[in-house]
Order: sequence, then structure tokens, then C-alpha cells
Amino acid sequence: MSIRHGLLALLERGQMYGYQLRAAFEESTGSTWPLNIGQVYTTLSRLERDGLVRSLPESEAGQRPYEITDAGRADLALWFATPISRTDRPRDELAIKLALALTTPGVDVRAVVQTQRTATMRALQELTRLKYASDRPEDLPWRLVLDAMMFQAEAEVRWLDHCETSLVRHRPPAPGPAPSSEAVGRSGEEARR
Amino acid sequence: MSALSGTTPAAPDPAATGAATPVDPPADAVLDLRDVHRTHGSGPAAVHALRGVSLVVRPGELVAVMGPSGSGKSTLLTLAGGLDSPTAGEVYVEGQPLHALHRRDLARLRRRRIGYIFQNLNLIGGLTAVENVALPLELDGAGVRRARRLAQDALTEVGLMELGDRFPDQLSGGQQQRVAIARALVGERRLVLADEPTGALDSQTGEAVLRLLRRRVDEGAAAVLVTHEARHAGWADRVVFLRDGVTVDSTAPLAGVEALLAGTGR
Repeated sequence: MSIRHGLLALLERGQMYGYQLRAAFEESTGSTWPLNIGQVYTTLSRLERDGLVRSLPESEAGQRPYEITDAGRADLALWFATPISRTDRPRDELAIKLALALTTPGVDVRAVVQTQRTATMRALQELTRLKYASDRPEDLPWRLVLDAMMFQAEAEVRWLDHCETSLVRHRPPAPGPAPSSEAVGRSGEEARR
Repeated sequence: MSALSGTTPAAPDPAATGAATPVDPPADAVLDLRDVHRTHGSGPAAVHALRGVSLVVRPGELVAVMGPSGSGKSTLLTLAGGLDSPTAGEVYVEGQPLHALHRRDLARLRRRRIGYIFQNLNLIGGLTAVENVALPLELDGAGVRRARRLAQDALTEVGLMELGDRFPDQLSGGQQQRVAIARALVGERRLVLADEPTGALDSQTGEAVLRLLRRRVDEGAAAVLVTHEARHAGWADRVVFLRDGVTVDSTAPLAGVEALLAGTGR
């Protein structure tokens, strides 16, 4: 997601000036995405340049409100209608780390899995505790953000469980040349043992 | 260090049992497992379900036990509840050594102080929901009216106040699960032992059950929750990981809600 679309969505509620936008943005993301006021004004000036918002006359207190334009509404509608691509999301460092652990000599992969599982489980405990404490109706946006993080943590633990099961069954390929041409004869030999 | 269970069947009188606290268990521990082993069978066919597990659970603490199938988590729960005896090691509930209790005293401790929520619900088909919940209290000598009133309170707590007169086969799977939970929470249970307690429930009802468990723990009970669902273990204060009958790791204690909220800037 971009700050740009976040601000457009907030302006769809009605005109606001910079500090109001920053407070509303943090409120609706459960304060998981802190903004500084400079980012807000930089984004507003780009949105205005692109014709998606328009600035209104300053108030007596010297605050300049902004409102969304029709082009801004169309851009916002498109954003809501378009799924977020998986490839837009950053790295999966953990998956890469485990893949490397498996092929690096001397690494206890099950210990790597367990260390991550304990850390992720603890994060899930913290999220659950926060959600349990946030049961007012006005906490709903915040609870949804928490839910998203909880589902991600849960998925990661399940994936780690899956990795562990695969590791238990895993038989590393034997070192040395693979006796591929003897594969058929070998099973007979094993049967004789 | 681990005394064999059943080697000290000194039948203590109940008053002495309450006062006796041998080998300094943590003063406030509701559950204290000490280097517990459980082996099924013997010789080459022996299965080592638990191989030296220690665990202390204090009042106000919900501990989740996670691990793959066969890791020993359900065995741990049956030992904690006095439903089975360790091959070696000791189990204390509220300071009482289970191995040293007379059968009668152990049965009373189980009825009064320990609540069980197991995968197999064990509801009695010929009894209504409220009778099922009241049963442990009545077995313990409570008057029928008092037992029924407490049972009705427990059913209300799990959202089944209207359905106390139904028989188990007139209830949905989720409702039966909640009756089993009411039975585990009824009265003054200090130790609640749950094995996949949300098995038959959809996620919303499952979460409601865990909220109930959490609330009871926040009111001062101690609980052990065996689960393979990370989402459920998330409700715990501490998560212990078992593998092949030993503890391999556990999560560090959590900060309070205020500290967590401060961390998010709220």
C-alpha cells in the first residue's frame, strides 16, 4: 500500500488538513505505520500535481485543507478494486534462510526452525494479548490490523511445522557417486541382507 | 533424583496432606512437574512418551504445550491431572504430591480442584446438560440444589443458559463442547487442563472458548492447554515446545498490555 492511497481514502471522508490527515492515518492503521508530517505534505503536493486532490484557501488559523477530486476518486476506486500483487511484497528472508541452512554444512536446521518458531509464537502471543484488550467497537480497525498480523504469524508457524515434518523425513543424498545404473539390482541386494 | 511413583503409599489423613509440602515445591505453584518420565511397555518395545519434563504453572498463568504428534503433550496432561502415574519423577498439585496421596484423596483432589477439557468429551448421554455439569459437585457431596445452581451459572458463562435441560444428543457438537467446558470450570477449580478444547468448534466459537479459559485464568486459576494450533497457543502466557518427550524450548514472559500498546504508539 502507498501513503498516497491512504491519504486519498481519508480525504474521501471529507476535507482535512495535514495534521488531521496524519492523525487519521495513524488511527486507521492502528499506529503500526507512523508518518511524519513532512511525508504527509510531500505526498499531498504530489497528489495535487497529479490532479487527484485540490488545496483550498487557508483557514484563519493558517491551516490549508485539501479535498479529493473526481480523478482522485477514480484512482482510489481502482486501488480498492485491484488486488495487491504478491511480487510487490518484499523478500521472504526466512524461506531463503532455511533453504541455505539446509545446504550449509554444520547447520542444525531443526534448531533454526525452532528458534524462529519460538520467536514467531511469542509475537503471536503479544498480538493475541493486544486483541483481547481491544474490544471496544471503535477498536475494530485496529483489531483488523491485528488480525492480519496474527494470521501471518500463524501461517509462519504452520509453515515451520511443515518444514520440521519434512526435515524429519529428509534423508540427505549420500556422498559419493550415485550408483544409478545399479538401482534395480540394489533393491534385490538389500532384500538378501 | 526421581523417586519411583507408588513406592510411598503412606495413606495420610487429609489434614496432614494439606499441610505437608515435602521437598520445597515453589510455594505458589498450582502445578509442579519434576523431571517426569513416562514409559509405556518395556524392553526393546518400550515407548518413551516423556523423558524428563519439568514444568511449573502458577496462579494466573496459562501455559500452552505445543509439539508434533507423538511428542508427549497429551501424556503430560494426563500425568498433570492424576489420571496416569509417571514412571519416574513427581507431580505436585497445589503442593500435594500425587504419588503419595491415597486413592480416595487423589479422587477428591481431581473432582474439586482440577477441571478437564479433553478431545473426547465424555458427556453422559442419560443426563441433561445441567446434570452433566453438576455431576462432579454432587459426587463431591454438594447438595443437589447448590450443585444445580452452580452448574447453571457455569452454563450461563459459556452462553448456554437456555439449554440446560437438553440431553447431549439434542445439542450440536459445538454446544456439547461448551457443556464439557462448563463442567471443567464449575465450582472452585484451580487447575484447568485442556487438550485441543476447540476441536469441534468453528473459529468464532473456538475463540469464545479461549476467552473463557483466559478469563478464568485471569481470575486466579492455572491452566495447561495442549494444542497444535498456533492461534490457540497465542492466548497463553508461556508456550512450551515438546519434541520426542523432552522440552526443546519455551517462549519468554510477555510484557503487560500497557507496555505492548506503548510499543505500538497507541
